[in-house]
Order: sequence, then C-alpha cells, then structure tokens
Amino acid sequence: MTTTPSPTPSTIAHQAVSSGRTSRSGGATAVAFTRQTWAGARVLIALTLLLGVAYPLAVTAVGQVAFPWQANGSLVTADGGRARSLADDDVVGSALIGQRFDGPEWFHPRPSEAGEGYDPLASGGSNLGPLSPDLLATVEQRRARVAAENDVAPAAVPADALTASASGLDPEISPAYARLQAARVAVARNLPADDVDALVEGAIRGRDLGLLGEPRVNVLELNLALETMGR
Amino acid sequence: MSSTLMDPADPAEPVGPMSSDASPSPRAEVRRRATGRQGLGPRQLAVALPAALRKLDPRELRRSPVMFVVEVGAAACTVLTVVSPGVFAVSITAWLWATVVFATLAESVAESRGKAQAASLRASQAQTTARKVTAPQDILEYTGGLAALPTTEVPSASLHVGDVVVVAAGETIPGDGDVIEGIASVDESAITGESAPVIRESGGDRSAVTGGTTVLSDRVVVRITAPAGHTFVDRMIALVEGSERRKTPNEVALNVLLTSLTIIFLLAVATLQPFAVYSGARQSLLVLVALLVCLIPTTIGALLSAIGIAGMDRLVQRNVLAMSGRAVEAAGDVDVLLLDKTGTITLGNRQAAELIPVEGVEPAILADAAQLSSMADETPEGRSILVLVKERHGLRARESGELVGAELVAFTARTRMSGLNLPAGGQGPRSGGPDGGSQDGVRRIRKGAAAAVTSWVHSTGGHAGPDTARIVDAISASGGTPLVVAEQLGSAPARVLGVVHLKDVVKQGLRERFAELRAMGIRTVMVTGDNAVTARAIALEAGVDDVLAEATPEDKLALIRREQAGGRLVAMAGDGTNDAPALAQADVGVAMNTGTTAAKEAGNMVDLDSNPTKLIEIVQIGKQLLITRGALTTFSIANDVAKYFAILPAMFVLVFPQLEVLNVMGLSSPRSAILSAVVFNALIIIALIPLSLRGVRYRPAAAAVMLRRNLLLYGAGGLIAPFVGIKAIDLLVSLLPGIS
Amino acid sequence: MSAPWIAVGQILVLVAALAAVHLPLGGYLAHVFMSPRHLRIERAGYRALRVDPDADQRWSMYLLSLLGFSLASVLLLFGLERLQDRLPLSLGAPAMDPAGAWNTAVSFTTNTNWQWYSGEVSAGHLLQMAGLTVQNFASAAVGITVVVALIRGFARSGGGGRVGNFWSDLVRAVVRVLLPLAVVAALALIATGVIQNFAAHTEVTTLAGGGQHLLGGPVASQEAIKELGTNGGGFFNANSAHPFENPTPVSNLLEIFLLLAIPFSLPRTFGIMVGDRRQGWAILAAMGTLWLVAVGLLTWAELSGPGAVPQAAGAAMEGKETRFGLAASALFAASTTATSTGAVNATHDSLTAPGGGVALFNMMLGEVSPGGTGSGLYGMLVLAIVAVFLAGLMVGRTPEYLGKKIGRPEITVVALYVLTVPAIILVGTAVAIATPDGRAGILNAGPHGLSEVLYAFTSAGNNNGSAFAGLAVATPFYNTALGLAMLLGRFVPIALVLALAGRFAGQTTTPAGAGTLPTHGPLFVGLLVVVALVLVGLTYIPVLSLGAIAEALA
Repeated sequence: MTTTPSPTPSTIAHQAVSSGRTSRSGGATAVAFTRQTWAGARVLIALTLLLGVAYPLAVTAVGQVAFPWQANGSLVTADGGRARSLADDDVVGSALIGQRFDGPEWFHPRPSEAGEGYDPLASGGSNLGPLSPDLLATVEQRRARVAAENDVAPAAVPADALTASASGLDPEISPAYARLQAARVAVARNLPADDVDALVEGAIRGRDLGLLGEPRVNVLELNLALETMGR
Repeated sequence: MSSTLMDPADPAEPVGPMSSDASPSPRAEVRRRATGRQGLGPRQLAVALPAALRKLDPRELRRSPVMFVVEVGAAACTVLTVVSPGVFAVSITAWLWATVVFATLAESVAESRGKAQAASLRASQAQTTARKVTAPQDILEYTGGLAALPTTEVPSASLHVGDVVVVAAGETIPGDGDVIEGIASVDESAITGESAPVIRESGGDRSAVTGGTTVLSDRVVVRITAPAGHTFVDRMIALVEGSERRKTPNEVALNVLLTSLTIIFLLAVATLQPFAVYSGARQSLLVLVALLVCLIPTTIGALLSAIGIAGMDRLVQRNVLAMSGRAVEAAGDVDVLLLDKTGTITLGNRQAAELIPVEGVEPAILADAAQLSSMADETPEGRSILVLVKERHGLRARESGELVGAELVAFTARTRMSGLNLPAGGQGPRSGGPDGGSQDGVRRIRKGAAAAVTSWVHSTGGHAGPDTARIVDAISASGGTPLVVAEQLGSAPARVLGVVHLKDVVKQGLRERFAELRAMGIRTVMVTGDNAVTARAIALEAGVDDVLAEATPEDKLALIRREQAGGRLVAMAGDGTNDAPALAQADVGVAMNTGTTAAKEAGNMVDLDSNPTKLIEIVQIGKQLLITRGALTTFSIANDVAKYFAILPAMFVLVFPQLEVLNVMGLSSPRSAILSAVVFNALIIIALIPLSLRGVRYRPAAAAVMLRRNLLLYGAGGLIAPFVGIKAIDLLVSLLPGIS
Repeated sequence: MSAPWIAVGQILVLVAALAAVHLPLGGYLAHVFMSPRHLRIERAGYRALRVDPDADQRWSMYLLSLLGFSLASVLLLFGLERLQDRLPLSLGAPAMDPAGAWNTAVSFTTNTNWQWYSGEVSAGHLLQMAGLTVQNFASAAVGITVVVALIRGFARSGGGGRVGNFWSDLVRAVVRVLLPLAVVAALALIATGVIQNFAAHTEVTTLAGGGQHLLGGPVASQEAIKELGTNGGGFFNANSAHPFENPTPVSNLLEIFLLLAIPFSLPRTFGIMVGDRRQGWAILAAMGTLWLVAVGLLTWAELSGPGAVPQAAGAAMEGKETRFGLAASALFAASTTATSTGAVNATHDSLTAPGGGVALFNMMLGEVSPGGTGSGLYGMLVLAIVAVFLAGLMVGRTPEYLGKKIGRPEITVVALYVLTVPAIILVGTAVAIATPDGRAGILNAGPHGLSEVLYAFTSAGNNNGSAFAGLAVATPFYNTALGLAMLLGRFVPIALVLALAGRFAGQTTTPAGAGTLPTHGPLFVGLLVVVALVLVGLTYIPVLSLGAIAEALA
C-alpha cells in the first residue's frame, strides 16, 4: 500500500561496472574485480614513482640545500664544530643521538635500553610496566648507584637518572641530573667546581618557545664543551 | 435519505484532544471494560499466564533473539543446578526462568486485551444463511429487478465473490459486498459500536455493506465482494487477536540493533572466561550466564512485541483498524496531513449565515422568497436556509401541501439554479413590484450562483443592479458563498431580491490542534473543491498551513506524489471511490467505515467512527509507539552501567581485592550482588509492563524538547534506577541463608 | 616535574593551531572533492593509465575499485619485502619471512602501520621509500575516499546509489591534499633536525672513544606523511621517540598537529558537503570533547604518576624522552591513540596504569576522536547513526539522520559495523591469551600482560598501530593473527560504510522539520559522546577490569 522509493535490498548484491553496464552474477563481479585490480596496479605504480621516488628525492634535494646540517643528522666534530657527512673523519657523533659515557670524568646520560646502551641499531625502551617488580628493582639499584657515584643522598637523584628513555638514544638529561653530576666531574677532571657548574648552567636549554617540552641539557655537547675547556 | 445520519462529524461533538474519549461510542466503552484500562491486576496476569508458558517454546521464542539467549542460559543453568544444587544456583536459575516468563507474560497480557474484542466480533460471525439469487451470470450483471428473481438458501460460508444475495429487514448481511439494488437502513453496531442505523443504497459512495451487520428496514440486493473467511470482520478478528501480527519495519530494525548488542555482550562474556583463567579467577558458568543476561537488553527485548501489540490496541480502542503495523509506524512519521475541508475542518457543509436584501427590498420578502426557493433544495445548504429563515425571521416551515400547484424547479448542472414556480393566487405575500399584478400571475423564484441567477434576470429583461454585485463581491471576498435570490412575477422582468450568505463553519478547537501539529513538524493541507479565495479565507480561519483549492481527485493524487517525491510522508482520510487512488498513494490512508469498498481496500486504516479528524490522534498514537520503544531501549541500555558496578567486583574481588572500590552500592557479598542484579533485571520487566501497554506519556512538542525530556527521564532514570533497585534487593537477598 | 599549567599551555597552543587550519583545510578538502574539474596533470595520468575518472560509480563498484587497489598494494609491498635483499639500497637488510612480510604488507595498506620489525635493521631505504612511504600516502587517501563517498551518500537524494569515482577521489586526495602538505611538513621537520639523506649506516668513534653506528635515510619525507596520514609507522624502531624522527619539543608539537590536522578538519568538509555546516560543528564538538577528555586524563595520570615504579623513580619518566617530559608525552600518547596514527614518542607499555588505560580506551572507541584520515569521520558518523536510532525513536519518528531514514537495511549495516571490530579484538585477544603461542610473547606478568595482548589486538583491529611493545610479536602466530585482525578491521568496516553510502545515496532526502531530531545542538553532541562511551564501555569494561582497571586501582 505504501510505497517507498528506496531500492530493494537485492540490488545491493548486484554490481555495476564503471561504464554503467549492470552485471548480475558472481562471475561478472570477479571479472570486474580483476579489472579493478589491474587498474589499481597501474595507479599504484604511477603513485610509487610520484610518492616513492620523486617526492623523497625532491624533499632531499631541497632539504640538503636549505638545511644541510640537520638533513644529515646534526653531526658534530671533536672540536665542537658541525659536520655535513658521516664520512668526515672528525665526526664524533650526532647532537641528537645520545652516547655512552661511563667514567667519572664524563657527564652521564640516562640509562639506555638500546642494545648495550645507546646503540642506534637497536633503538627502544624497556617496555616494563608501571607496576613491574623488575623495573622497580632496577630503579632502586640505579638510585643507589647514582647516589653513590655522585656522593649525594638517594632522595636527591632525579627521575630521569633512574629511568630509561623510550628511544634508548635520549641525548639529554634534566638540569637537575646535570647539576648533580657537576661536582663529581669537576673532581675527576681536576677542574674548579665553579667552572663546571657554570658550564652546566650555560648548557641548560629551556623549554622551546618557553612553553614546549622540558628544560634539558645535551650530554654530548656538554661533554664536548668540557673537553674544550679542559684543554 | 437523511444525510445527518451519516454526517461524519457530529456537530455537537467538540474536537479536542482525545475526542473519542469525550463521547465514547458504546462499543468502545465495552472494549475498555473488557480490556481493563485500569492497569495490570494479578487477575489479568493469571489469565495470561497459560499463554505465556506456551510461548516458552524455543521455536516461538527464537523470534526474539534476546529472550532466546536468556532461555538458553536458563536451561544451561538448570542443568548445572541439577548437577550441583545450592541456594545460590537455585536462586539464579529460578530468576533466569522468571526473566523469560515475564517477557512472554508481557506479550500475552498485551494480546489478551485483544482477545475479548475478538470474541465479541466472532459472535457476529455466527453461521448464517444467505438467500442467494439463482440466475444466469448475464442476468446477474444487470442491476435492476434482481430482488424479484428466485433465490435459494445457502450457508453464508459457501458464498463466493460475485454471488448475489437478497437481504431483507431483520436479516443479517451474510458477507461483505456492495448494494446493487435497493436502499435500506442497516445496524452496523456489531462492527462500529455505533447504535444509530446507517443508510446503504445502490450506486454512489454509500453502497458498501459489511458482513455481520443487520438490515433494519427495506430490502437490498448485495453482490458479495469478499470470500468467506476473508471478510472485513475476519480481518478485524485477526488484527485484534494479533494472530496475523508481523513485526513492523521499525520493530525489525530495532530487533537488529538489539541482536547485535546481544552478540557483542555474548562475545564480551564468552571471551571473559579465558581472561579470567589467565588472571587466576575462573568463573562458574552460572555466574557468566548471570552476567550475560544482565547485560543483554532484556528489558526492551522482553517488552518489544508487547509495545507493538499495545500500540495497535490503542488504535482499536479509538475505533481505528490498522491493516498493517507499518501504517501505524508511518503515522508517527507523517510530515503532511491532507484534510478534507468538508466534515474535517468545517462542520459538514456550508450553512446560511445571513440574508442580505438589495436596496428597496424588505427583509421579510427576501426571507419568504429564500424559504420558498429552498423547498426543493434537499442539500444541507438548502436546509440551512430554512433553519435560518425560521430562526432569524420567524417564518414557520411550510408543509409541501400548502403550496398547491407549486412547481419545483430542481437544480441542474446546466441552469445551476433551483427554485419554484407558484401559480397565481398561491400562498405568500407578494412583493409589491412596480407593475403590480401580471398577466399570467405565475411567480417564479430562483436561487443559485450569482452568475447563473444574474443571467436569468437579464434573460427576462431585468437588471441585477450594482447593489447585487457589491454584496456578492463582499461575501466572496470574506470566503463565503453568495446565493442570489430573484423572482419574476408573470412576464415582467425578474428582479434580484437579495443574497443568501453561505458560510463554512470551522469546528472549534482546530486552530489549537493545528498549532500542536505544527510544533510537531507536521504541515496541514486543506483540500477543497472551493475556489481559491474561499479556500484561503477558511484556511486562515482554521489555521491550516496550506490549501489545495478547486481540487479534483487527480489534483489530490498529484499533491501526494509531489510531497512524497520531496521525501515527505503523507496522511489523508477519505471515503469516496474517487478518493481510492489518493488513499492508496498516501503513506497513511484512513478510510471512513461509511465509505465505499474501494476506499476501504485502498486505505491502510479504517476508522469505524468515520471521523476524519481522528487522523490527528492516529499520528499521535504512531508517535507514542515509537517513543515508547526508544524510551525503553534507552532505559534498558542505561541499566547496564549499574549492573557492571554490581557484578564485576563480585566476580573478581577475590583475585583483585582493589576492585572492591567499584562496589559503590556496598552490596553485602559477591553472591548477593550477582543475584540482586539478576532479580532486578527480571523485576524491572514486570514493573515496566504497564508502561509498555499504556505507552509513555506523550505531549506534542518540538523534537528537541521531547528528546531532552525523554533522555532525562529514561536515560538518566535508567542510569540511576538500578543502583537504587539493586541495593534494595540486596538488603532482602542477603537475608537468605547461603547467599551472604 | 612539569607544572600543570605548562601542560595546559601546550594543549592551548595545539588547539589554537588546529583551530587556525580547521576552516581553510576543511573548506579546501570540500572543494577538492566537489569540484568537477580535473587538473591537467591528473587528466594526463588518467589517460596514460587508462582509468575513467568520470564514471559515477555505484557503491559496489567503488568498493571493488578500492579493494582492487588495496590488493595490488598488498601484493606489491609483499613482493618488495620478500625481495628486498636483491633490490638496491637495501643496506644489507634481509628479505622478510613470509608471515612477517604478510603482516607488514597488510599493516601499511590498512593504515595501521603496526611494526613487528625494527626499521633500522629490517628495512632498507628503497623499501622505506618506494614501499612504505607510498602506502603512507595511499592508505590515508583510501580512508578519505571512503568518507567522501559516505558524505556524498548523505548529500545526494535519490542518486541511484552512486557515490562518486574512487580513482578520482584517490588521486585528488594524494595529489591535491596529502602531497603538498607533506612536502611543506617534511621541510619543516628537516629544519628541526629530522634527517633526510641516503647515507648508509656508518660507524663513528664517539667522544668517549667507543663506536656508534649512525644512521641515514629519507626520514623526514616519511615522517611527514606518517603523521599527516595518521599512519604511525616509524622509520626507526623507537618511532617518534627517536631523535632523528622527532628531535625537539617543536617538532613534537608539529607532529601532533599534523596527525590531528586532517581528522579534525574533515567535519568541516562534511558540513560543507551536506550543505549544513552545523552538522559538521556537532561532529567536531563530539570528537573534540572525547579527545580533550582523553588528553586531560592521560596528562593527569602521567603528571601525578601513580604506580610503584613512577612513585619509586619520583616521576613516570620510564620510557619517556627528556626533551618532551611528561606533559608533551601524554599529549602525544592521547592524540596518537585518539587518531589511528599509532606513532609513539614514549613507550606506551610503560605509561602509568590509568594513562595506558586511556590510550587503550581511546582506540577502543573505534578511532573516532577524531580518528584516522577519513576513517575517524566515518566511524563517528556510524556512531551518530546509532545515537540517532536510539534517540530518534524518542521524538516519535522513524529515526533519520541528515534526512536519511534509518530503516532495517541501514541499521543492519550499522549493527554489523559496530559488531565487527569488537569481535575481532575480543576473539583475537581470547585466542592469544588461551594459547601458549600467544602467552609466550608477554613481557610483563599479571594484569599488565593481559593488557599487552589486548592492546595489540585493539591496535590492530582499529588500525592504530601503536603497541604495548613489551609483547614479543615477531612470531608467526602474532604476525598472522594480527595481520588478519588489521585486514578485517579495515576492509569489513569500509565495505559496510560504502554499502551504507550506497543506501543513503539511493534514498530520497527527507527535509528537516520541527519534528525532526535536531542533530546539531549541544544535546545531540552530548548524546553522541555518551553513546560512544557507553557502547564501548559496556563492551570492554569486563576485560579492562582484569587489566588496566585492576592495575590502576592497585
């Protein structure tokens, strides 16, 4: 009695090819699908040339011209200068990638879960949960060790000294952790404590734009400055 | 024949909300008593219980996936309980079964309301004999003198479509059919509950008769149009009993959603066991079933079909038969109401409101002429002139015997005038025309459309005069209909005496009704054969949104198609055969019971009271049906939140003591918490049966207002109620030994 | 460590940036997909490729085109992975094993970008560029095409079920939207220190005298589209925590902005295309509310640092980078899980229990707040239909959304949509947790271990790609199962959405009136948010109560 203009559900099952012709069997659907897959392959190959070749090459070309240092990994040299190629002999690392520093004469980075520590071929974190007994034990061990190494009260050790970063390559530590290490480094290097303190204060980078992220100290840059100063 | 007998709208009846309640037909009253509007008593539950238990048959219950899952769960728990009985296991199992029974009970209570009506309808169906005309087919095709042909008595059940029967006074009409010869008064109270007899006659729009009704006077010949077993009464019985009930589109759609929710919860609970095992908290099947039953939307699942049946029942209580549930739902969606002006918006027909004499004519003279000219006018307009003349001008009605030799001039389409010719010396005061007496002395009085009468006056050499045109224009401009009265004495030129102002009288209370509809987003369109000016004036007075003037049946159909093409749903009422295409095209077509078979076949509802204004109530009932479903669905789902707070801590507090924080209700023990949730889940079904039968309270309002109110009531209410209910049940349940 | 106001400040800067691009980007997207004109280069391409960009396709044909393209994508990617040792620029990376290759091919084609491998050792430059970067664009574009087809379904009246042309939509999404934005974003990222070169791994002598391999690669060009296309697959294992992918707090905010930009602009596109911008505002408000609540909760969780380890360490810094700190890590985590990105700048496995729970719940919402490019909007529109269906009845009409009636066929499709992903997640997690192969991968014991598995299937089923990465998934079991989860979780919903688009396109639009449920006011927005939360809550609360909830309350 009442008529609704909507199509019957059965039309859903039927396919129409793009030219508008209607086909009514599963076989025709298979044919249409095969044709669409070939069309898809052609489009995909075109997109691969555009997006997989032309686009990265173009971005690389512009990036290498406009921001050559950054595009090549923010490489630094032993004298504190910048390098543009990994092939340069005096490259000591990337300002963005943390390195292992073990002895008392160095400012130490955060604990790292990347391989044996700061291995860029194995970036990653511990993935241990907030209630993990293993991690809890590790944190307590680190607290004791850092407190002992730097001769401070265990409670004074900041969180970043006790926890591994997500990348395992965190190039930075908190200003608190840097300050905490200054005295030890000064003693080990036989430098005036005030000078090292001043170095640390000078190395503190505030929040980006005063708002973003956290204040931090780049360990490689700090240690490089230390080396320069010690010479 | 008297048309007041069949006037669809009783002028004395105010058209307010629930007008059928205001003046209930006796039958409707009977129905109400039989079905118990007062609510849900223990007696009703007891009566419905056997049917409810029969509905536990899984084959039948499968139609409601939600309840089917509950039944399977209850069966599984029964097995477990038999294997390892205990107070907790027995209680859970018992309440799971109670949940299923409450659901089937709701449905059978709803159905029992229709049973009483079906029984009284069946009484009218008692085997009767029919006097079947036995004659060759070609003679039967001829529609005259059939009553005189020989007949044989056959059982009414053996009648076929096309058979011709003769029914005389005192006999029951053996089946549905059309009167093809004769005229009779028929008592249709068995169907409509209306005790006043109606006239049925061959030809025209009053020819349909219904099997089971009784001829009171005279004799008619009826051609059967419906085979035995498929008559109107049969359909009515099926409808009110719900035996032919099929799920309506929206009900099916809702069921799909509920089924998918059930599957999601089934997955959530089924996969919970491996997770619980991993966590060292393996759960018993009993508890998992309890959780599942509490989560799946049992409340709406249990009440869904009862809501549908009750919705149809509410229509039946208002003497409307919906031929499909789809139509009831569509009524809720209606965007446009097509309302016939006559009988729906205005009181029947136009009525004489005033007599306006032209300059120089005494009112009494005009009144006399108007009365005389209307003697031959059997139309309601004509009779209203007589009434006006009597009431306003004190002229008593004349008997036809008083007018010896008067020659009545009937209205014809060609002349578009009616009137009479009085021989010389006839009764009544002569108007003192300028030429006094006339040669032949015949007094001719004519009344009719202005153009027709004016041209008649001109043809006799007379003049209508500027006064006439002024009065006629003024009446037309006001939306009224002018009827010009003129007389001719002898062979003198005729002259205009004055004008009768016919006016449509708009029913009281309609303005408010239309305003409500507008608030609900429904546009009202008045359909009338009047000219545009007249139509617009009445439309303005009645407060409808739009008019279709000078409408032909084709125009009506075109209008419906146009609205539908714009995506709108259209409802209309109609009774004539030429309404049938429009009724069929409309999404909701309400045929008047007094109408033709064609109209009744075309529409998807029949109003036994033949009151077109009822469209508005039908729309409201449709909306109420949908709202009730939505409200209980929302309520049902909102309930789950509290059940999680009851059951989840209870399940896992042993392995994760910290989850006790979630036991915000402070339920006394894990077992009592789970049992309380199950008990609440079952009892809420019983508690909501009355609401699902009655429908949620409905007040016309804008959608946003309604949504806010219902969300608050059923959404927020559904969130809070179980916290209170489960806590209360827990206080009782914890007294059971073996639970706390 | 970090004052709450700093967190609020970062959020405000981000919101301001998103607000600034909402109108222009949303409007531009609408223009792109409504314009009848092809660019000259596009036309040349269509001619060369023998593809008809003007055929107005039925939904079923649109779907076949999409599936054909995706099948070709999976096959090409699978081939590149299996053959990478024989291709140039492989840097010595071996061919992937079949299960791993299947997983990665599906992963990048479905916009999930789940990674069982670590990019620095398993993928050479060619695979990264020609394989993975291409799919970063293509899968994002596919998501956009689906929502565009759905929007057309709403916008058209009696359109015979025709929903547009897949090829034209795909090419436009790539050429006119993603590629130009990616070029700008890539250059901006290089400026902050993201690398873009073709150098091979080179060992340098560190300052302290040790050896360290420094890596090269076309990272910025991939990083840009990885965020912009809500992909999330990292060039390196550490993903956006790696200093070469995300070197500074500025690059961090830029990346968060990029991954939110298109999903938060599409509601505007939707509003314009359906001819009622208020509808777009409502969807945006619902998405924004859910996102903001998640950001707020996650930030609160990380700043307050509940749980034994954060309490012992003094802050929840495990698995977080110094330069980002707690607030910027929380903002990233909430945004990457609220979109289907899955890039991470912190290890989600080490988030606080409530924080990790929020990340998990974000994905469980079905990636709708604001979700992936295209997929977020179509997911939210499906939820809107559910909300309309429930609430619509309460105004006494057959439910309708944007003038389209929600009858049995429509609600059936919607019900299947709502059912699909939870079924994948729950069944997948249950199978994994019940089998030794599945349990073998778990790193953290107890509730957190359950969360790891649940997170993996939730991430795969919702095409997010982030992980509680302690779970060892480089096994045939997980590679196969999660690959299946990603595939079904992507294409079953897409097929259903396109079917819905076809249904709607074929329906005559009912004009709105006073009786129509208004779907643009605060009331509806609130309803939509509650429906999303309740629907998802009811589905997952039982399993969460054994995982994140038990952990958070411990």
